[in-house]
Amino acid sequence: MTALPASRLPAPLLAARNILTFLLRSPTSAFGLLVLSILILTAAFAPWIATHDPYAQDLNNVLQAPGNGHLFGADELGRDIFSRLVWGARITLTIIFLVSIVVGPIGLIVGTTSGYLGGRIDTVMMRITDIFLSFPSLILSLAFVAALGPSLNNAIIAIGLTAWPPIARLARAETMTFRKADYIAAARLQGASPLRIIVKSIMPMCLPSVLIRLTLNMATVILTAAGLGFLGLGAQPPLPEWGAMIATGRRYMIDSWWLVTFPGLSILCVSLAFNLLGDGLRDALDPKQMNRR
Amino acid sequence: MSISRMRLRGALGQAGTIAVTLLGLLLLTFVIGRMMPADPVRAIVGEEASPEIYQQVFQQLGLDRPLWEQFLRYLGDVLTGDFGTSIRTGKPVIEDILHVMPATIELATFAILIGAGLGIPLGVTAAVNKDRWPDHLVRVFSLFGHSMPIFWTGMIALIVFYAHLGWVGGSGRMSQFYIGMVPDVTGFLLIDSLIAGEMDVFASAVNHLILPAALLGYSSSAYITRMTRSFMLDQLGQEYMVTARVKGLSRRQTIWRHAFGNIRVQLVTIIALAYGGLLEGAVLIETVFAWPGFGQYLTNNLIIGDMNAVMTCVLIVGVIFIALNLLSDLLYRLFDPRTK
Repeated sequence: MTALPASRLPAPLLAARNILTFLLRSPTSAFGLLVLSILILTAAFAPWIATHDPYAQDLNNVLQAPGNGHLFGADELGRDIFSRLVWGARITLTIIFLVSIVVGPIGLIVGTTSGYLGGRIDTVMMRITDIFLSFPSLILSLAFVAALGPSLNNAIIAIGLTAWPPIARLARAETMTFRKADYIAAARLQGASPLRIIVKSIMPMCLPSVLIRLTLNMATVILTAAGLGFLGLGAQPPLPEWGAMIATGRRYMIDSWWLVTFPGLSILCVSLAFNLLGDGLRDALDPKQMNRR
Repeated sequence: MSISRMRLRGALGQAGTIAVTLLGLLLLTFVIGRMMPADPVRAIVGEEASPEIYQQVFQQLGLDRPLWEQFLRYLGDVLTGDFGTSIRTGKPVIEDILHVMPATIELATFAILIGAGLGIPLGVTAAVNKDRWPDHLVRVFSLFGHSMPIFWTGMIALIVFYAHLGWVGGSGRMSQFYIGMVPDVTGFLLIDSLIAGEMDVFASAVNHLILPAALLGYSSSAYITRMTRSFMLDQLGQEYMVTARVKGLSRRQTIWRHAFGNIRVQLVTIIALAYGGLLEGAVLIETVFAWPGFGQYLTNNLIIGDMNAVMTCVLIVGVIFIALNLLSDLLYRLFDPRTK
């Protein structure tokens, strides 16, 4: 007689469901999930949610206070701030998505190669990782953007180039634990090349923790991107990027507080949401915590 | 092998590591400097220079040489303390940076005092009350500080505390009125104004310092709180804590004298690292508060594309970080009996 599995769901989905229920039980991570869902929905349905064209100037309504047809007021060119924030959600999501696409693979390749091959290669790669780690991410991104020229794309590249080291460290540590595993030895005995072992056997094992680590880093990524936008090195006007909106609103902030307040609140909410979610994920995946339930 | 020989080998190995890291750092700044699209020759000779002059400067800068030779030349320059000349001020970059550094150090020092003063008690409170409401409250409070875009919080704080309430001074290190009244002795305005006996200037400086320092401190307290909490949890879970209680010590004594006593070394290393991390926040907060320090110097030069100045700033930040890491390592070895 064979034992029946407790659920029809495949194991990874089951794990995901367990983590989700754990997260929803804590009010703080539930809040994080809620904010991120709102962000995604806003970005997806931006054309329907926005009340105005984000680029449409209306010189009759310059610096108009919130209310009176403009929910969050209008900026120095009479553009509707609420609509710009809604469209800005797309830019924020783009940044998150593109940075993940750059950072995940670089970190994964460097970490797994370094961890699997060991020896000289490991020493050299980890030294390079340490050099990148020895900078605060904003300052290194600043240097890269300065060299590449200010634009949203270059800001994303710069953040990607500076955000991979923690991922590489993690992937390396994970790889070290599998390296001596029997199934790796079996693959090697079958004649698999190191490249094949790394790509087929090691990378999939590192993927879950790398994805989680990416989530944990997202708050920093968002703050760095906003910081670059604020310094005029990221997204350029008239793009409705939240950091850049704060930078242009700064000149009017004493009399027209709404120009900087709402974009800043949006950045704060999203980065707080990622931090709360990350905090919850850390707890959800901590074996000590799981046993206690 | 004797213990002292082992230690010597350890120290040599570490010195080698640092040398390699520094070399990598220089290579990185060199590569970034060469990546830039702006033409360094044009920046010096201007748009209307004749091709002959252009060629002359091109060769003077060594740009006709192979890349590795250019790197060696850069290495030699840096090692002899020559970081190039700033295009904006016409003075050696390093002189400019030494001139603006005290303002940032003053800001960062106050910020770290606030950050540690806030973070350590909060972290201990959270650990002692693990999973009860004070723990959750501290967690949200510190995550909040970690999540705020500091340039934005700076503006909101300026609007509220300066423009509306008038409790603090606005941007800059002191009121416009006092600028130039105090001779520049150390570069640290608080000290200089005391030396000159100008109490008005001192008060104005404190008034201007308090808001940016508090914001930077709050943002760095998140990290300090989290680390203090986890270090304390480690200690509180140890059996000696129970022994101390059984011996009849009060709960307060076991927490502060025993558990906290044991994490002091770890905390010092964490605070050293947080201090370096403040440089990052300083870049943004100095821009908001028009604080004439390192961060503002860096961003001003970024905007005009003065790469000599930018790369030297990046190099200095890297060196400060390596030094702080080394320092925290050393402190750990010196004070932790287990590493002896």
